[in-house]
Amino acid sequence: MTLLEATDLEVVYGSRCHECLSSTGSRAGTNQCVNCGSVVACARADLSLEPGDVLGIVGESGSGKSSLAELLALEQASEATVRGDLQYAGYDGNLLEIDYQTRHDLRTSEISLVHQHIRDGLNLEFTGGGNVAEKLLSAGHRSYADVRERVSDLFEETEIPVDRIDDRTNTYSGGMQRRVQIARALVTNPDLIVLDEPTTGLDVSVQARVLDMFRRVQREENVATIVVSHDLSVVRLLADRTLVMRHGRIVESGLTDRVMEDPHHEYTQTLINSVI
Amino acid sequence: MTELPTSSDDTGSVATDSVDAALQSLDDEGMVGYNYAYLDEHTKREVRRSMLKAVAIPGHQVPYASRPMPLARGWGTGGIQASLSMLGPTDTFKVIDQGADESVNATNIRRLAETTADVATTTDTTEADLIQSRHRIPEEVLTGEQRLVLQVPIPDALRTVDASDAANRRRHGHRNYGKMWVHLYENVVEYGEIQIASRYPTMVADRYLMDPSPIPRWDVPKLDDADHLTILAAGREARIYAVPPHTAVEPLAFEDRAFTVERFPEKSCHACGSTDTYLVEVSEELGTDDAASFETRYACNDSSFCEKRREDPDLQKDHHLERDEVQWGPMTADADAGGESS
Repeated sequence: MTLLEATDLEVVYGSRCHECLSSTGSRAGTNQCVNCGSVVACARADLSLEPGDVLGIVGESGSGKSSLAELLALEQASEATVRGDLQYAGYDGNLLEIDYQTRHDLRTSEISLVHQHIRDGLNLEFTGGGNVAEKLLSAGHRSYADVRERVSDLFEETEIPVDRIDDRTNTYSGGMQRRVQIARALVTNPDLIVLDEPTTGLDVSVQARVLDMFRRVQREENVATIVVSHDLSVVRLLADRTLVMRHGRIVESGLTDRVMEDPHHEYTQTLINSVI
Repeated sequence: MTELPTSSDDTGSVATDSVDAALQSLDDEGMVGYNYAYLDEHTKREVRRSMLKAVAIPGHQVPYASRPMPLARGWGTGGIQASLSMLGPTDTFKVIDQGADESVNATNIRRLAETTADVATTTDTTEADLIQSRHRIPEEVLTGEQRLVLQVPIPDALRTVDASDAANRRRHGHRNYGKMWVHLYENVVEYGEIQIASRYPTMVADRYLMDPSPIPRWDVPKLDDADHLTILAAGREARIYAVPPHTAVEPLAFEDRAFTVERFPEKSCHACGSTDTYLVEVSEELGTDDAASFETRYACNDSSFCEKRREDPDLQKDHHLERDEVQWGPMTADADAGGESS
């Protein structure tokens, strides 16, 4: 059974006129409408995800990856105009039209987003353990011992030193903060995790360890994942299938190996050839 | 105060022979030119409307147009406006400041009401119709005939975890108190139990998280299913909220880390011997020649009840009620108190 099914998703920043879609996109070579100046972050996007699946989204800066990812994680920017249909297993109706309360409930229990920027996802004044515990407590867990045990287990699982659990998050290293975010995303056993640029700001060796850890945890927990990255190697390492985005459109999609080894679209070929 | 009433000799001066004489001359004049109960009728009506709304939505913070008062904001201006809006000439008024009736602030507030609203005042909790208090709820059980006004410095419990009022209002709207629970979690991590000295986060009617004003944890259970109406008013922050009679008030706590009140093991009030009241440490000079030697003793914080206990050490907190063994804060009933002073 399909976990997530998106049809004709569209995210537009601005007034949106009738020419927005025809005057933007890969062929037009821009994502800004010539007529009204709106930015079409993402349009005509279709995708589907099975339980336990890992989907990669690659593309250059400004191609609309993060806008699409935030939309899928139910955290779209309030100033954006959103259209399309997003179906989710276990919820009747279009996820783009749900009320605040349902969205809050889904986000605490079933769909997690690991933010590109640490400050968006974590409260650095809280302890690392507190940040992870917040989701459990918001979901209504009221036993201190149970919460404490679950948080410690996740610290171990995501390879954060457990004796740092009660230190404030702003004393953690960048890699540890990223791991805390992942632990926080995993704590309520969600069905879907969206990773937005999971390796931003990490040096290469830490990147490798965080990705290895996540790949192991993802397989153990069998949680469906959407990985957004400008870095092809991140997507190659994690994703089964890959979408390539440019100027707010999906220009190519397929199995990751196929896209990497035999890119069809001109832009994808350039992208893969330009890896240093 | 912008305008002092002038004395009767029309010179515009106040007799200065002695402080008592000066006060006496002012008392004679009353507050000429001021409306009954100091505030104008529109203001009182507006405050009463906010109070009614607050009673209708227990624990919800209702905004009101907090007026400038003849003392600085943060000194009980919210409480005074609530009290003066409710007082009528047949009421008896009591003001407590941290348990004491005799502090400068309490005395001044009492005198303002006396002068402008023509009310009787008392220090006896059981005789008062309206009690304005800062940081304490009296030890003697309040009845359904009485109203309690608590002064509030910070009306939103969530401000401890997030400084943004806009975000906090959204959290209240959706009963989203996860951040406060993290605060409690971290408290347990640090101390092994929840150690919030005052302003203990409390759920009202299972809906709104409320800041019960800086009363000690000791007093929080008194609000649960109480007979009396509690109005909480913040002057600087311009918010009023209320706990109507017989409303469920539950301090936040974990299933396995229960809410606890302050403990005073082996301690009793040095004056009246009470062991079932909220005690505070007092440092007093010893009556010896050595002026620098101090003694630390424990004393009842509620001075009016302490005075009664000194006359009758067996006096119960519910002595004035027909019912017995009323649940009122910790260790009310004589049975489980395990040691009246006798």
